[in-house]
Amino acid sequence: MLDEMPLLCVEHASKRFGAVVALDDVSLKVDAGEFFALLGPSGCGKTTLMRLVAGFETPDSGRVLLGGRDLAGAPAHKRPINMMFQSYALFPHLNVFDNIAFGLRRRGASRDAIFARVGELLDIVQLQNLGARKIDQLSGGQKQRVALARALAPGPSLLLLDEPLAALDRKLREETQFQLKDIQRRLKTSFVIVTHDQDEALALADRIAVMRAGKIEQVGSPIEIYQRPKSRFVAGFVGATNMIEGFVAQDNGGWFVAPFGRLMRAECALRDGARAALSLRPEQIVVARDGDGVPGVVEDIAFRGETTQLRVGVVGREALRVSCANGSRFSLGEAVRLTIEPDAGVLFAEAE
Amino acid sequence: MIGLRKKLSGGQRAVLAAPYLWIVVFFLAPMALIAKISLSHPAETRPPYEPTFSIDDGLAGAFAKARTLGFDAYRALADDRLYLDSYLTSLIIAGVSTAIMLMIAYPFALAMARAPRRYRPLLIGLAVAPFWTSFLIRVYAWIALLKDEGLINHALIALHVIDAPLSIYATNTAVVIGIVYSYLPFMLLPLYSALERQDPALREAAADLGGSPWQVFVRVTLPLSRPGVIAGCLLVFIPAVGEFVIPDLLGGSETLMIGRTLWNDFFANRDWPAASAAAIVLLALLIGPLLVAERARLRAEEQPS
Repeated sequence: MLDEMPLLCVEHASKRFGAVVALDDVSLKVDAGEFFALLGPSGCGKTTLMRLVAGFETPDSGRVLLGGRDLAGAPAHKRPINMMFQSYALFPHLNVFDNIAFGLRRRGASRDAIFARVGELLDIVQLQNLGARKIDQLSGGQKQRVALARALAPGPSLLLLDEPLAALDRKLREETQFQLKDIQRRLKTSFVIVTHDQDEALALADRIAVMRAGKIEQVGSPIEIYQRPKSRFVAGFVGATNMIEGFVAQDNGGWFVAPFGRLMRAECALRDGARAALSLRPEQIVVARDGDGVPGVVEDIAFRGETTQLRVGVVGREALRVSCANGSRFSLGEAVRLTIEPDAGVLFAEAE
Repeated sequence: MIGLRKKLSGGQRAVLAAPYLWIVVFFLAPMALIAKISLSHPAETRPPYEPTFSIDDGLAGAFAKARTLGFDAYRALADDRLYLDSYLTSLIIAGVSTAIMLMIAYPFALAMARAPRRYRPLLIGLAVAPFWTSFLIRVYAWIALLKDEGLINHALIALHVIDAPLSIYATNTAVVIGIVYSYLPFMLLPLYSALERQDPALREAAADLGGSPWQVFVRVTLPLSRPGVIAGCLLVFIPAVGEFVIPDLLGGSETLMIGRTLWNDFFANRDWPAASAAAIVLLALLIGPLLVAERARLRAEEQPS
């Protein structure tokens, strides 16, 4: 990514539907071969942005460029971009083979070329023997893979995926996540996925754009988004967090004064007395039976398999969510001590 | 049928039986009566055919009478050019009308299905609005439009499009116009319902995969609307074949449609067996396409299992 121009460039795109502002001056760059996620709650504009790129909507203002070429005036069927629809939108009157071949036939590929390419894609999505099946004879997971194969068949330089895993059950979704990532890496095609599921975005994407109310709040790698959220919204939307209200004290170094005690903030630029909020991830709070941490009481225990989630009641605040390894077994009502590393979490000024 | 073998309560049985009872009493029984008349002989009696069965005959008498039944009326039908021509003309006029209706109604249905959702009830209302006026009056109105000194000829002559009036009235063309006009909503509504049900995402997917608007129509919209096309065509073709009022009012002396021929035989010639035989043959002709369509539908439904 040292080099040339990005593959996809959205510049100052805005779109209104009547009184509703779906996109408000959005700019975005996606590099070739990148797995990019548009993440946000429903109604944040992520789907509109995707449809703008696909050519199903036109921006009121702003531009969409693909490989430096302005796509204004190019209808959907003339864009080298394919889309995998949330509902899959498979053609019910065609079998699996003909669905996948649809895009190839539209560009006038030869019979042999179509046969070879469809076979290749059936291999990729592991549906080798299902070419002759009708669509309504497929399971949900199979439909999902046919939809992926169909969208990949014409060899797009950019593949858009609209909530591709939303219709699958949890176990299948996790398996499919890995397959999707694997396919993307092998084909080196740029994938832009739209999702409201933060786990999906974190697991799949090289970079994530978190959207809210028609604007992009933050763009970054999953680790950046998770560890250094730029706003309270991003901190709260991506991953579980404890948003602790308090204020800043500047005496003998910086402090964040939470209802349950003072936490050291060595690098705090906020002035003394400024109201602020600290976002602390559940795993940034260490729970122990004794020691000199913040005293608390275990109010709730949820076993999660690899970890256990506790809710620990502390002074002056609703319970904190704490994550701990399964080795230490706590019981309901047990008195515990919570320790928080200096400078753990992210501090937000109150202005938001 | 296997599914029906579960235990049903008396109430459920009654509910299921009601429509069958209706069909037996009001459709099958009259059909059987007509079939019986078609096997009888015309006679100067009242009713004008022989034999007529009565309880007084006794078993032996009824048996003797039954032996006089025969296929004479059908043989006469086969020998008579008039009937053959009537059937052919009916099928051709109904077929041409159906094809024209399909070509007119399809774009209409498409426009209705793609119109903003809030306008659709209004559009459907407009499509069926002609039904608020008597069918007979509307067909009469076409006489005033089509005849030599009618509105259409007047207008065309005034506009210097033609010099002499077109003679449309009292021809097969007029009958086709009348049928197309009268039956159009029956073609339009099934097409609309089939098109309206289609998921718009399918068209977007087809466009996304490189389909031009025309290709999207031919490869996706059209094949997916097939059930609507079949339903609409059957719904107009079948009654159009047996249509009586429109050929009688708009047709000419050369318009030999089976409904009219049948009417003549029944009322003018009082040849009930011949008319009944003609009706039975017509029914057989029409059940053919119905069975074909039904089998196609069943095949399409069976495939998934």
